[in-house]
Amino acid sequence: MTTGAARAERMPVAQQAQALNWLRRIPLHAAVVAICAVWLLPALGLLISSLRPASLVATTGWWTALSPPLRFTLDNYQQVLTSNNMGQSFVNSLLITIPATVMPLLVAAYAAYAFAWMRFPGRDWLFLAVVGLLVVPLQMTLIPVLRLMTALGLTGTFPAVWLAHSGYGLPFAIYLLRNFFVSLPSEMLESAQIDGAGHWTAFFRLVLPTSVPAVASLAIFQFMWVWNDLLVALVYLGGQPSVAPMTVTIGNLVNSLGQGWQLLTAAAFISMLLPLAFFVALRRYFVQGILAGSVKG
Amino acid sequence: MPRNRRLLTYIRMLMVLATGVALAACGQKAGGGAAPAPSGGRLGGTVSVLASWGGNEQDSFLAMVKPFEDQTGVKVQYEGTRDLNAVLTSRVQGGNPPDLAGLPGPGQMSVFARGGKMVDLGAVLDSSAMRQQYSDTWLQLAQVDGKQVGIFIKAAVKGLIWYNPQQFAKVSGGSPPKSFDDLMSLSNKIAASGTAPWCLGLESAATSGWPGTDWLSDIVLRQSGPDVYDQWYQGKIKWSSPEIKKAWQTWGQIAADPKMVYGGKQSTLSTNFGTAGDPMFASPPKCYLYDQGNFISDFFVKDNPGLKPVDGFNFFLFPDIESKYPGSTQVAGDLFGMFRDTPQSRALIKYLTTPEAQAIWVKRGGALSPNKQLPPSAYPDQIAGQEAQLLTSAKTARFSAGDLMPQAMTDAFYKAVLDYVQNPGSLDTILANLDKVQADAYRR
Amino acid sequence: MTDRVTLALIAVFGVPLLLIAYITASEWLLGLLRIRRHDAIRPWLWLGPALALLALFLVYPALNTAYISLLNAGSQHFVGLANYRFVFTDATMLLALRNNAIWLVLFTALVVVFGLATAVLTDRVRYGSLAQALILLPMAVSFVAAGVIWRFMYDFRPAGAAQTGAVNAVLTALLPGFTPQAWLINQPGNTVALILAAVWSWTGFAMVVLYAGLKSIPHEVLEAARVDGAGEWRILARVIVPLLRSTILVVATVMIVTALKAFDIVYVMTNGNYGTEVIANRMYKEMFSVQDFGRASSIAVILLLAIIPVMLFNLGRFRSQGSN
Repeated sequence: MTTGAARAERMPVAQQAQALNWLRRIPLHAAVVAICAVWLLPALGLLISSLRPASLVATTGWWTALSPPLRFTLDNYQQVLTSNNMGQSFVNSLLITIPATVMPLLVAAYAAYAFAWMRFPGRDWLFLAVVGLLVVPLQMTLIPVLRLMTALGLTGTFPAVWLAHSGYGLPFAIYLLRNFFVSLPSEMLESAQIDGAGHWTAFFRLVLPTSVPAVASLAIFQFMWVWNDLLVALVYLGGQPSVAPMTVTIGNLVNSLGQGWQLLTAAAFISMLLPLAFFVALRRYFVQGILAGSVKG
Repeated sequence: MPRNRRLLTYIRMLMVLATGVALAACGQKAGGGAAPAPSGGRLGGTVSVLASWGGNEQDSFLAMVKPFEDQTGVKVQYEGTRDLNAVLTSRVQGGNPPDLAGLPGPGQMSVFARGGKMVDLGAVLDSSAMRQQYSDTWLQLAQVDGKQVGIFIKAAVKGLIWYNPQQFAKVSGGSPPKSFDDLMSLSNKIAASGTAPWCLGLESAATSGWPGTDWLSDIVLRQSGPDVYDQWYQGKIKWSSPEIKKAWQTWGQIAADPKMVYGGKQSTLSTNFGTAGDPMFASPPKCYLYDQGNFISDFFVKDNPGLKPVDGFNFFLFPDIESKYPGSTQVAGDLFGMFRDTPQSRALIKYLTTPEAQAIWVKRGGALSPNKQLPPSAYPDQIAGQEAQLLTSAKTARFSAGDLMPQAMTDAFYKAVLDYVQNPGSLDTILANLDKVQADAYRR
Repeated sequence: MTDRVTLALIAVFGVPLLLIAYITASEWLLGLLRIRRHDAIRPWLWLGPALALLALFLVYPALNTAYISLLNAGSQHFVGLANYRFVFTDATMLLALRNNAIWLVLFTALVVVFGLATAVLTDRVRYGSLAQALILLPMAVSFVAAGVIWRFMYDFRPAGAAQTGAVNAVLTALLPGFTPQAWLINQPGNTVALILAAVWSWTGFAMVVLYAGLKSIPHEVLEAARVDGAGEWRILARVIVPLLRSTILVVATVMIVTALKAFDIVYVMTNGNYGTEVIANRMYKEMFSVQDFGRASSIAVILLLAIIPVMLFNLGRFRSQGSN
């Protein structure tokens, strides 16, 4: 408790501290701004190129567009947005991505919980095997899985891609979530068990709500990976206009000789808007779920 | 939670689920199949086509099949991808092939055919009509073990040396060189005056190096003749043999000499083939000659607005090297094959071989047709007409060697081109390496 | 069209509900059994759906691949270890192995360091959300677009001509007498150039994962350290990094796997030419161009084997973490 007099004494010190603090923070801000600038530069080049006519893009650097004569054009964007099937493929992308993002979440959470909080023989080796599956190259799975799917009659259907993306995303999802679950304090679960609650309660009422940051980051990545996937959709679903996702339609803006690549600049921006918006929307969930109590490393 | 409440909750959830599943089952339509659904005598149904065409090529293909769709009621479902190899191989091996597919080349086609994955078109196409419309070369190239498994939808001609007529006239005194020796002395003359005579660009994403393979095909064909050429692409003659080595050295006189090519080897290796010809149209021009296939004219026009054929750019055919092998032309083409035998896919492939169908794409520009019965009026401009003439009237026509070799050999060929330009002194090592690959690649 | 949307809605809502019902039913059933059996059966019920999906999409293909690696090109007859002999003696394969080793070290180190730095830094500024979105932006871009972007960056024009590539332009402007370089052609710098492009793409990923971990460190721990008078750097080194150790391990492991599997960047930008070849690119070529399934599979098996040391290192970490 400070008295008024003591508070008055502290004022100039506080102001000094504030000024010092501001000075000390300059390097911090400088670092952040510098990093952002470096990261932004390549994408900025893409953005400016997407607003220039095709003939200029190939012959002059994009920074020359910033000085007069300013020759910007929305041609590229217009061509991409009105190109064949863009609307339908946007919807298709949504129909592929959203279920493929939601489906693996709970499946991975169950498995991660089992690996983190249950004891059973072979647990660690099995978990390592799951982590090891991270390295299985996608291309090696295409033919065997396609054979299986054809035998089951699933080829060309959306559930086929949903299941495939769920399967492919599981190793990383389980790895990430298990790491997070393990860092939760054991006192929390022990006290729940003393109260007579079983694993069901522990999972749905304790672990899952506090794991929101990890689940949110998982959702972001799975969304981005599925949204930008091309090969899985082409092989399991097909590339016909009625089912093609945006990646296929965008890929077809360029002909086999590579002509039309300037359209890719505009298409890249159009395509990245949704995943970025998704990230911004989910980012606030990172702040929630902060635990009271210590965290194990 | 007391047990009965938990039970109740879970029963409620199951009910929600069951309702959902029921809704789905009612709303779910059966997948579209290729089974014919004739309506009023028309064929109906769908046919799936997989190819690597995108952008304006895709538009042209769809325009080409539109009359077919209108006439027969068959819906053509086109899937385009630049990853054609990956997608086609996966789908074919995985048991879900497309009905028709563009094939990367005769080499790949024979792998599929020998694996029993392709339909014999002998039963589908009228062979006498085919022989009337296509020369033997085009038919034989699409055969495997005597069976017709493919057809050529469109063609291209390579080894065209492009130039900017006004600029070229200033340095050459008018007419194009008649022989390779003349071409070389002209090049040397231009080089001596300070500007590089040639432009060269080998970059092309996953297939960088292919323009060099076209150069070499032209040289081998004209320098050592069609028999050696055939032995070469069939793997019957070594890369280190004197004829082939001589061809590389001949090319090296241009490609490996920094005075001969604009920008030297770094530019050659990093410039995309599509834009490499643009320095011809700069003022002042940075080079005067550019060797490429007929499709490059579209790049010229797109990159240099206002440029017109004949006045703005023109070509002459790669000249003869040895007088005993005159009038050679290097050709290429887009190959199509059938993977699923259905009434719709038969109808479509028959349609695609007709001159009327091919004329549609030709009229739109950027394509030539191998069909002899195509009316010359279909060609949109004089240059296209001249190219078509080369296609049909060539004394000695050979398909691009790189496209005929097994894929492993072709990949090594592309890479060898790049390695040679980067390091011309290591030609012997490069050729020895190619021999090693050759020993392995032709086993199948 | 509506049937498709219905199906999607069912998947989005029905599948989680189905999974909840599944676990609820499982726990309820287990409750009917005696205590002994519970703990033995329960883990497998919880693992069930995941193991099923993994078995179908990853394990079965992996086993299939291992089997095919012992067959010839067209998978018609047995050839034993002939494909493996090729992998370890072919010059291009050895080059690829060397390059992947470079990727392993350089790529992983850079991504972890930059990821940690950006996570910590963006946490402390008010505009952190915007900064993070900018750094994550490369992950939102497809690899095809990333290839286009970095072509712009590394583009080369001969000396004296106007530069079109940002890197060459900046260096020509800043350093007098600098001649433009063909970054993607000159060895061995081109592998580093590719790695930098990949680092640009993946740092955002590391940043997000580490940031989520950072946010789980309770305020009290950091406040206590600050009250004790520790400077920010010491807090970073002595408090934050140790607490984030396991998250850093996760990020490092995933990045090592990414380095081993590096494909898209290399395929789109150089296709492995000029000495930039990597294992995954060779596998792709053998599989889809040459169509030698035996060799392609043996290359994939090499990848599977290469992950084992990483797995064992993770195992060591778990053991030291102690069981719960």
